[in-house]
Amino acid sequence: MAAITIEHLDHYFGHGALHKQVLFDINLEIETGEIVIMTGPSGSGKTTLLTLIGALRSVQSGSLCVLGRELCGAKEKQLVAARRHNGYIFQAHNLHRSLTAAQNVQMGLELHSQIPRREMEERAARILERVGLSDRADYYPENLSGGQKQRVAIARALVSHPAIVLADEPTAALDSHSGREVVNLLHELAKEEGCTILLVTHDNRILDVADRIVSMEDGRLTAQNGRAVEKNRTNSINTVLQST
Amino acid sequence: MLKLIKSLKRRTPLGWLQLSHEKTRLLVALAGIAFSDILIFMQLGFQTALYASNTRLQSHLDADIVLLSPNARNLVNLSTFPRSRLYQAMDVPGVETADPMYVQFSDWKNPQTRQKTSILVIGFNPDRPAFELPELQEYADEMKLPNTVTFDRNARGAYDEAIAAIDRGETVKTELENHTLTIAGLYEMGASFAADGTLMTSDRNFLRLFPRRRPGGVSLGILHVEPGRDPEAVAQALDAYLPKDVDVLTKEGFIEFEKHYWATNTAIGFVFTLGTIMGFIVGIVIVYQVLSTDVRDRLPEYATFKAMGYRNRYLLGIVFEEAVILAFIGFFPGVGVSLGLYALTRNATNLPLYMTLFRAIQVLTITLIMCGISGAIATRKLQAADPADIFG
Repeated sequence: MAAITIEHLDHYFGHGALHKQVLFDINLEIETGEIVIMTGPSGSGKTTLLTLIGALRSVQSGSLCVLGRELCGAKEKQLVAARRHNGYIFQAHNLHRSLTAAQNVQMGLELHSQIPRREMEERAARILERVGLSDRADYYPENLSGGQKQRVAIARALVSHPAIVLADEPTAALDSHSGREVVNLLHELAKEEGCTILLVTHDNRILDVADRIVSMEDGRLTAQNGRAVEKNRTNSINTVLQST
Repeated sequence: MLKLIKSLKRRTPLGWLQLSHEKTRLLVALAGIAFSDILIFMQLGFQTALYASNTRLQSHLDADIVLLSPNARNLVNLSTFPRSRLYQAMDVPGVETADPMYVQFSDWKNPQTRQKTSILVIGFNPDRPAFELPELQEYADEMKLPNTVTFDRNARGAYDEAIAAIDRGETVKTELENHTLTIAGLYEMGASFAADGTLMTSDRNFLRLFPRRRPGGVSLGILHVEPGRDPEAVAQALDAYLPKDVDVLTKEGFIEFEKHYWATNTAIGFVFTLGTIMGFIVGIVIVYQVLSTDVRDRLPEYATFKAMGYRNRYLLGIVFEEAVILAFIGFFPGVGVSLGLYALTRNATNLPLYMTLFRAIQVLTITLIMCGISGAIATRKLQAADPADIFG
């Protein structure tokens, strides 16, 4: 079953004279457990598409089905509920400054009211250990390095076992070594949990983790390199590089 | 309810964590709330002190019922009524005694500095002093001597040396209305806004000092009811029996009468209420500044929470949590400093400025409302936390 199904999706920004179409007839299907990387130049509409899938914006026209729920025409309350099935990883880690690493991770669980406090603490400690930061659990973000902060962010996104992980330029602020580490970690954890990943990036160094690469330009999906990635990884990466 | 407590127990105390993490901001907020609380405490304190000090004489009055002229405005402007009403009052069943009291606002020479100073002079039957002050009984015979008076030990002004001299048993003399007065003794009353001090003497001495005052023109009638009688009921009977040129009040009614005068006929009550409101508004502005800066600073973090699936309600909760915490911890330094300022004012002015539990609760409630309003305004900034903005 497909985790995400998009059909004939259009999206517009602005009103009146500034009314502008930013997404044109998007059709995309992402299978459960698939890791998809979306590339494309700035302003091509990748982030807009990501926010629509993440239920952070209202869908205007077409169809967008996430985990079997139609988001087009959904009410604010349904959008908020849909967000709880997703894990987000941002370019800027967006950790809460006044919370320690462990408390930040727990915020990912506090949403789910059936989980008691003790279990929240245990699960946060376990996942921090998994991302190699158990000795940094009581550190505030200001005392962590960029790579460590991004690992905390990944722990926060994955601690509630989300069905879908949406990542926006997760390696942009990191050096190549930390970036590689972060992506590998994301890959491993996602495979263990069996969750679907949609990752937007400019970073060519990490394209190899993808099952499939899609690229966008001027609001349209231009190329979908399907399973070919698995068979002939280098080739497909080159194709993408040329197309971007 | 149980559900609420349970959900509070598992909730991360974000408001507190955010406040305690930003120490400078927390201190600014606390200073602002403490400052505004001190303003409110001082205004309310002065207001209560005004009423209490202006009714101090009334509270010490040894009377169950008083008679006064319908033209009376307050203690220093009592006007007069015919003495015959006192004799008529004795006809009413339940009235045991009825004595005249004379009051006149005048100037005397301060016995210490020899400066002209205003003083309230009160004359009454020295064998049945009009006030519940033990010293007056003690000096009853002295007050019968010509031009001999007793003086308020707690009067406001430069009297300390004169009072010390009287305490040593020396004879202190001064002048009033071209008479040479001897101060025979001291009693404890205290200054009010209307009069810095009082002199008490016999009715005969009073009439000698103020020859234009006629014995038939009484300022205040001091009535006692027979034991076991209800002053309220006797007062009603008196009111029905006596002509309309005299008003009848119980002692409590007389205290209220004076308070009512100061509350409605002067700007003082208004001024203190305005002062309280100003303190309240200063508090709202400061707390709003702190909370809205905090919200603005944390917009990306709040937007992240929204993206994770937290409801707007949760973010509102954080802001109000901060407001309530600020109200509580800003209140205590405010009370502490106010206690010190009350003591300072008491020593400097003799005004009865005291912290009461009622006022502390009153100001804590005002503080909570103040912070609540600031929080409510600050939450408007939360709308700017758009989860769609945090990507890219």
